[in-house]
Amino acid sequence: MSSPGYTVNYSRNSTLNGGSAPSHQNGPAQTYQSMHPPAGCYGAPPQQQSYPTIPAQSTPPNKAPLMNSAHSANYYQSNHQQQQQHLSQQHVAPSSYSAPLNSAPPSQPYPPSAPPPSNAHYNQQSFQQQQQQQQQHPPYATPGSYYTQQAYHAPPAAAQPFQQQQHPSLVPAPPGAPGAPLYPIVSYPSAPGISQYGTLSSSQSTSSLGVMPTHMGAPLHQYNSPPPATTTAVQSGYSVAPLNQQGPTVNGQGSTVHQHYDQSHQASLSYDTYSGVVHSGADPRPSGTQPTSVHSSPGHHQGVQYGYVANSGASSASATTSGPAAAPSSSSSEDDDDEEEEEEEEDEEAGGDTSSSSTGSASPVPNSYDSLEGGSYPDSMPPSNDMTNQVAPYDHYGYQNMQPAYQQGPAPATDSAPSLDPYGQPEYQQYSQPFPNMTQLSAALGGLSGVPELELEALSPVNLMQETSLLPPRPLEAPEPNLSADLKKVNCNPHTFRSTLSSIPQTQALLNKARLPLGLLLHPFRDLQQLPVITSNTIVRCRSCRTYINPFVTFLDQRRWKCNLCYRVNDVPDEFMYNPVTRSYGEPHKRPEVQNATVEFIASSDYMLRPPQPAAYLFVLDVSHNAVESGYLKYFCESLLDNMDKLPGDTRTRVGFLSFDSTIHFYNLQEGLSMPQMLVVSDIDDIFIPSHDSLMVNMKESKELVKDLLTSLPGMFSQSKETHSALGPALQAAFKLMSPTGGRITVFQTQLPTLGAGALLSREDPNQRSSSKGVQHLGPATDFYKKFALDCSGQQIGVDLFLLSSQYADLASLACMSKYSAGSIFYYPSFHHIQNPPQLEKFQRDLERYLSRKIGFEAVMRIRCTKGLSIHTFHGNFFVRSTDLLSLANVNPDSAFAVQMSIDDSLADSSLACFQAALLYTSCKGKRRIRVHTLCLPVVSQLSEVYAGADVQAITCLLANMAIDRAITSSLSDARDALTNAVVDMVSAYKSNVSNLQQSGLVVPASMCLFPVYILALLKQKALRTGTCTRLDERVFAMCEFKTQPLQQLMRLVHPDLYRLDNMSDQGALHLNDSVVPQPPLLHLSSERLSRDGAFLMDCGNVFYFWIGKNCNEMFIRDVLGCPNYAAIPQNMSHIPELETPLSERVRAFLDWLQDNRAFCSTIHVLKDEASSKATFFQYLVEDSSDSDSSLSQFLEQIQQQMSK
Amino acid sequence: MRLRGRCTEENCDMVPTQIDRDEEREDCSGADSSPTRHRMAGSAMAFTFAAFCYMLTLVLCAALIFFVIWQIIAFDELGTDFKNPIDQSNPTRARERILNIERICNLLRRLVVPEYSIHGLFCLMFMCAAEWVTLGLNIPLLFYHLWRFLHRPADGSVVMYDPVSVMNADILNYCQKESWCKLGFYLLSFFYYLYRSVQIHNLLNSQMLD
Repeated sequence: MSSPGYTVNYSRNSTLNGGSAPSHQNGPAQTYQSMHPPAGCYGAPPQQQSYPTIPAQSTPPNKAPLMNSAHSANYYQSNHQQQQQHLSQQHVAPSSYSAPLNSAPPSQPYPPSAPPPSNAHYNQQSFQQQQQQQQQHPPYATPGSYYTQQAYHAPPAAAQPFQQQQHPSLVPAPPGAPGAPLYPIVSYPSAPGISQYGTLSSSQSTSSLGVMPTHMGAPLHQYNSPPPATTTAVQSGYSVAPLNQQGPTVNGQGSTVHQHYDQSHQASLSYDTYSGVVHSGADPRPSGTQPTSVHSSPGHHQGVQYGYVANSGASSASATTSGPAAAPSSSSSEDDDDEEEEEEEEDEEAGGDTSSSSTGSASPVPNSYDSLEGGSYPDSMPPSNDMTNQVAPYDHYGYQNMQPAYQQGPAPATDSAPSLDPYGQPEYQQYSQPFPNMTQLSAALGGLSGVPELELEALSPVNLMQETSLLPPRPLEAPEPNLSADLKKVNCNPHTFRSTLSSIPQTQALLNKARLPLGLLLHPFRDLQQLPVITSNTIVRCRSCRTYINPFVTFLDQRRWKCNLCYRVNDVPDEFMYNPVTRSYGEPHKRPEVQNATVEFIASSDYMLRPPQPAAYLFVLDVSHNAVESGYLKYFCESLLDNMDKLPGDTRTRVGFLSFDSTIHFYNLQEGLSMPQMLVVSDIDDIFIPSHDSLMVNMKESKELVKDLLTSLPGMFSQSKETHSALGPALQAAFKLMSPTGGRITVFQTQLPTLGAGALLSREDPNQRSSSKGVQHLGPATDFYKKFALDCSGQQIGVDLFLLSSQYADLASLACMSKYSAGSIFYYPSFHHIQNPPQLEKFQRDLERYLSRKIGFEAVMRIRCTKGLSIHTFHGNFFVRSTDLLSLANVNPDSAFAVQMSIDDSLADSSLACFQAALLYTSCKGKRRIRVHTLCLPVVSQLSEVYAGADVQAITCLLANMAIDRAITSSLSDARDALTNAVVDMVSAYKSNVSNLQQSGLVVPASMCLFPVYILALLKQKALRTGTCTRLDERVFAMCEFKTQPLQQLMRLVHPDLYRLDNMSDQGALHLNDSVVPQPPLLHLSSERLSRDGAFLMDCGNVFYFWIGKNCNEMFIRDVLGCPNYAAIPQNMSHIPELETPLSERVRAFLDWLQDNRAFCSTIHVLKDEASSKATFFQYLVEDSSDSDSSLSQFLEQIQQQMSK
Repeated sequence: MRLRGRCTEENCDMVPTQIDRDEEREDCSGADSSPTRHRMAGSAMAFTFAAFCYMLTLVLCAALIFFVIWQIIAFDELGTDFKNPIDQSNPTRARERILNIERICNLLRRLVVPEYSIHGLFCLMFMCAAEWVTLGLNIPLLFYHLWRFLHRPADGSVVMYDPVSVMNADILNYCQKESWCKLGFYLLSFFYYLYRSVQIHNLLNSQMLD
C-alpha cells in the first residue's frame, strides 16, 4: 500500500468567503447603532474599556532577515550570538533520579496506606466501578481500586493458562502457574521502591493486592513469607510476568487496532509494524508444545549467553529457564476465548480512545506480547503491509539489532570497545564510515562528488529562472535523513516529529552560513494507528538529563547504557533486563522502548501528586440576540446530543453548561431533579457561583437532565432581545466552576463582548482592509483574556473558542484565551444557519470531530535535545513554563508545535543529534501517560550536506511561524520583508558557498527548489498578504492557524494542491480495499495550467474547490455532477452526487482519500468558470500576479535584483 | 560673612545646602580679596550644580544598581524551575509555578518605569549642567530605553516581561544579558560619577585656593 500519510491532515475552520464582506447583516448591528450612535457598530461605551490601549509605535524599519545569524530575529535583533551556553537539560537536578522513590510527599492526597481515596467523589466512583467490575467478574472484585481494568484483567488471565494448555488449536506449553515458580522471585528485587508504588492510589499493584493472593497465592507463598508485601513486590517485579499479567507490558494491540482502523486503512505508516500482529497471532505457527520451539530458541540461547555475561548467577539461570517457557506461552495465549474476552474489555477501555493504544495492563498483555512478537516474524505478516519504518525483527540472533545503538558516535564506540567483545560485530567498527568520507570533500565541488545518491539528487543545482516545472507529481514527502538503514527504520515518523534540516550542521557558524532556520515541527498527540503502550514500574530514564530510554541510546554492555543526549552512562535496572517481547532475560536492547521511536508509558504514581482529574467539560454558550439569530445553538445542541456518548471520558466524566447574554445563566443539573433549573446571576461585576456542586454534574448520573436541557435550550432563548454580551464575566464564572477539577471550557461567541470585564471595542477600520501599508491591531487590545488564560492554565483548564461572528469580533484579543491555555480556535466568518449553509455544514462536522476527538488533560511537554543544541523559541498554543517545558492544560490530537533551536556548542564529537519530546498527560480515563517521541538526525560538517538535507516544507512552516511573531510584535511589512530576505539570503549563501557554477540566474539546490514558490505563496496567504481585501478577524485567524496546524495541513493552506480531474488515468493509482484511488499529478498554481475544457480540484486544506471550465467535457459533467450540461450546474453546489458511473466513483474515491488524510472534514465548493467565482478561486493561484502582488517570475526577478545589490 | 552674604544673594534659589557647606569650608580656608573671589564664585556656581548632579546621580545610581541586581535575581528565579522533574510535571505544581512567573513578571514590570525615568533624569540633569561628555556616555542607553519602551506589547500591559513569552529561552537569555550589561554599565558609571564629583570638588577647591 502506498498511500501517503495517515491522519495528519486536519482541516479546521474554513474561511470560506475569501475577503468578501459579510454576506448578511444580523439584527444587533442595527440595534447597536441605535443605542450608541457615536460608538459605531459595536456599541460599547468607551469608558467600559478597562485597559488603556497603547498603540504600537511604528518602529524604524528593520530589514534584518528573519533568519539572522542567531535565528532569533523575531524578537530581538541584537546580540544573540554570544548566547551563553544554555543547556536546559542540565538544569534538571542530576540527583533527582532517586527522588521519585523518596518523594511520596506529605501532601499527597492519597494516604499511602489507604488505597481508596479520601475524596468523596473518587470514592464514589471507585465504588461504582467496583460494582461494575463485580458484575463482570464477581470473584475478582477488588476493594480499593478505581481502575477497574487492571483489577479485573489480571485474574482471568491468571486463571486461564490451564485452559490454554488444553486448547487444541494453540500452541506450546504455557508459562502460567507452572511457569511461575521457575522464577526466583527474590532475585528481582523491586520491592523497596515498588512497595511504595504498590500502595499508592493508582493502579495495578493496589488492585491486584486483593486479587493476587486469592488466585495465585500458592506459588507465591512458597517463596515469600509476608503475604501482602510479597504480592506487591511480585506484582511490580518481573517475577509475575510469566504469568502474563504484570510487569512491563507492551500493548501493541493488534486486534483492537484493526477493529478500529480497518476501514480507513491508510497504510504507509511507520508504526505499522504491529499491524500484522493479528494475522500473525492467528497464523498457525510452527511451535509445538516443546519449550524450545523454533522461534524461541534464539531467545533462549541469548538468554543463556548474555545472562552469563551479565554475570548475574541467579537471574541468568532463571532467564535460561524462563526464556523457553515464556516464549511459547506468548503464542499460546492467542487463544480464541482469551481474545474475545480481551476485546470486550478493550472496547470498554479503548472505546473512547481513538488511538490504537489501550491501557489495561493485565489481560491485554499476553495478547500484546504476542503481537509484538508476532510482528517480529516477517513471514507471518500480511505481504501488503507497507513497512517503511518497520522495527527490526526481533528474532535475529545476537546484537544485530543493536547496531543503531552502537553507531551512536565515536566516543562511546572507542570507550566501550573492549567490553563489547562478546557482541563484536563487524558493522560496529564502521560506525562512522560515511562521515569521514564527507569531511574530506571540499565545500564547493566535493559536495557533489562523494555524496550518496540521494544527496546528489537533492543537491543538483536548479536554475529557477529556466525551470518551468518545479513541482513533483506527488505531494512532497519529508527528506530522508542520511542515516544507516537500521536507524532509519526506527526513526520517528516525520509527520509526528521533523526537523527543518534533516542534517544538523555541526556548528552555529555553519548554520549561519547556510542561512536556513533550524527548528523542529512537532505533532505530538496526533492520532496514531499503532502505538506501543508500556506499563512498567520503573520507566528507564537517564539519571542526569532525565531522557527516556530510546532506540538511539548505546548499550555499553548488558548492564549499562549511555544516554544519547547527555552521554552519561547509566545502569540498566533489573526490571529492564527482562524483555516482555521475547519473554527472556538479558536483552534490554530488544525491549519495545528501544525498538520504537514513539512509545507510550503508563506512568506510575510518582508522576502525580493529586489523583488524576476526571474529564470535565463546560460549555459556555452565547445566547444573545445575535447568537439566536445566527442559529448555531440548535445545531450545537443537536450535535452534542448525538455525540454525548462519544465524549471521551469514563464514569467520572463531568459536564456543565453556562449561557450568557447580559447576564449569566447557570443550569442546575443535579441528579434527582425533574427538570433542569436555570439560575440567573445578573451581577456581572462581581460574579459568584450560585450553587457549588450541582452545576458541574456527573454525566452518567444526570444524563437525562442534560438531554432535557439540550433539547429545550434552543427554544428557551428564541425570543431573546438582549443584544449585549457579557463574555468576560461568563468566563470568570466558568473559571470558578472549573477550577477545582480542571478540564475543558468550550466557549461559543458570536459577537464582540460589550459588558463587564473584558469588554472590547471595534478596532477595525473597514477602509483599511485592503491597505498595502501596515495592518494595525494584530495584537490584543486588553490583557484580560491573557490573564484569564494564565489563570486557567494554572488550574489545568483549557479554553477552546468557537467564534461564529458575522462582524468584527476582535479575534486578536479573544484568541488569547485559547492561545495561552493550550486551547484551539475555530472561526466561522459570516456564520448563519440559513444564509450560509456551507459554514453550517463545516460547523457541524468540526463540532462532531471536536466533541469526539481524544483529549489529554493537565499535560506538560518537555523537549530535550543533544548536548550542544538548545531550544530558544516555541510556537503554538501553550504556556511556556520553563525554558524547555510547555504547560498544556489540554492537549488535543489536532494541534502541532514548532520550536526554534540554536547550536550552542560544536557537535563535532558526535555524529548524531537526537531530539526527544515527552508529553505527560492524563488520559480521559484518568490515567497518567507519557508519550515519548525520539528523532535522530546525522550531524554534518559540510554546507552542501546541510543543503541536501533541507526540508523545504518544514522550513516554510517555521518561517511562517517566525513571520507571524514578527508581524505581531513589529509590523506586517517587516515580516514580509523578512520572508523575502530569507529567500535572498538562502540563494546568495548557496551561490557563494556551495555552487561553483558561474551560472547567471537563480541557482538553488534541488531540495530547496520550491522555497521561493512557497515563500511567495506565504506572502499571498491571508495572514500575511497586503493589498487584498482581508478582514482583520480572518487575518488573525489565519495567523492562529499557522501557529497550531500540523505541517501537512499548513502546507495546503499555504500552497494548495491543484489536480486535474477530467482526464485522470489509472497510472500510479492506489488500490485500497476494493476501490481504486487515482493519483492525478500535482499542477502548478498558475492559471496557465487551467484550461477551459477541464475540471480541476484545488485542495486548500479546509475546503475543496471544484472548478469546472466553460468547455468542460459534457460527459464528465453528467457523470460526475449529475447535470446535463455546463449551464445546468447550480450556483452553490457543495456536494458531489453519488452516481453509479465509473468516473464519478473515481472522483469520489479520490476525494474521500484526500478527506481521510485530515482530521476535520473539508467542504466542497463547485465553482463555475464565471466572474463571480473567479475571485475565490483565483486568489489561490499564487504564481500569477494579482493587483497587488507579483507573479512568480516577477518575484524571482525581484530576488535576483536584491541579490545583486 | 560679607562674602557669604553675596553668595546667597546671587544664588539663593538654586544652591542647595550641601554646596553651602562646601563653600563654608572654602570660606574658612580662603581669605582672598573680594573681587577675585567674586569671579571665582561665579564659575564655582556652575561647578557646584554639576557637583550636585554628580552627588545626586551617585545616590540614584546606587538605586539603579540595586534594581538591576534584583532583576538578575528575578531572571535567575524564572530560569530555575522546580528541581525535581516529577514536581515539574505535576499538575498541582503548575499553578504554583505559573503564579510565581506572573508575580515575578509583575514586579519586573513595576520596576521598569522607575528605572527608565531615573535614567532619563540623569540625562536631563547632565544636560542642564552642561556635562556633555557624561551626557554622551548616557545617551546610547537612553535611546535604548526609549526603543525598548516603545516596542512593548500593544495589549496595554505596562511594558515588557510578558509572562506568556518571557520563558522562551531567547527572551529570557536576552533579558538576562541585558540586565548583566546594565549592571556593568551602572557600576562603571557609578565610579565615574564618584570620580567626577571628587574631581569637580578638587577643581573647585584648587580654584578656591588660587
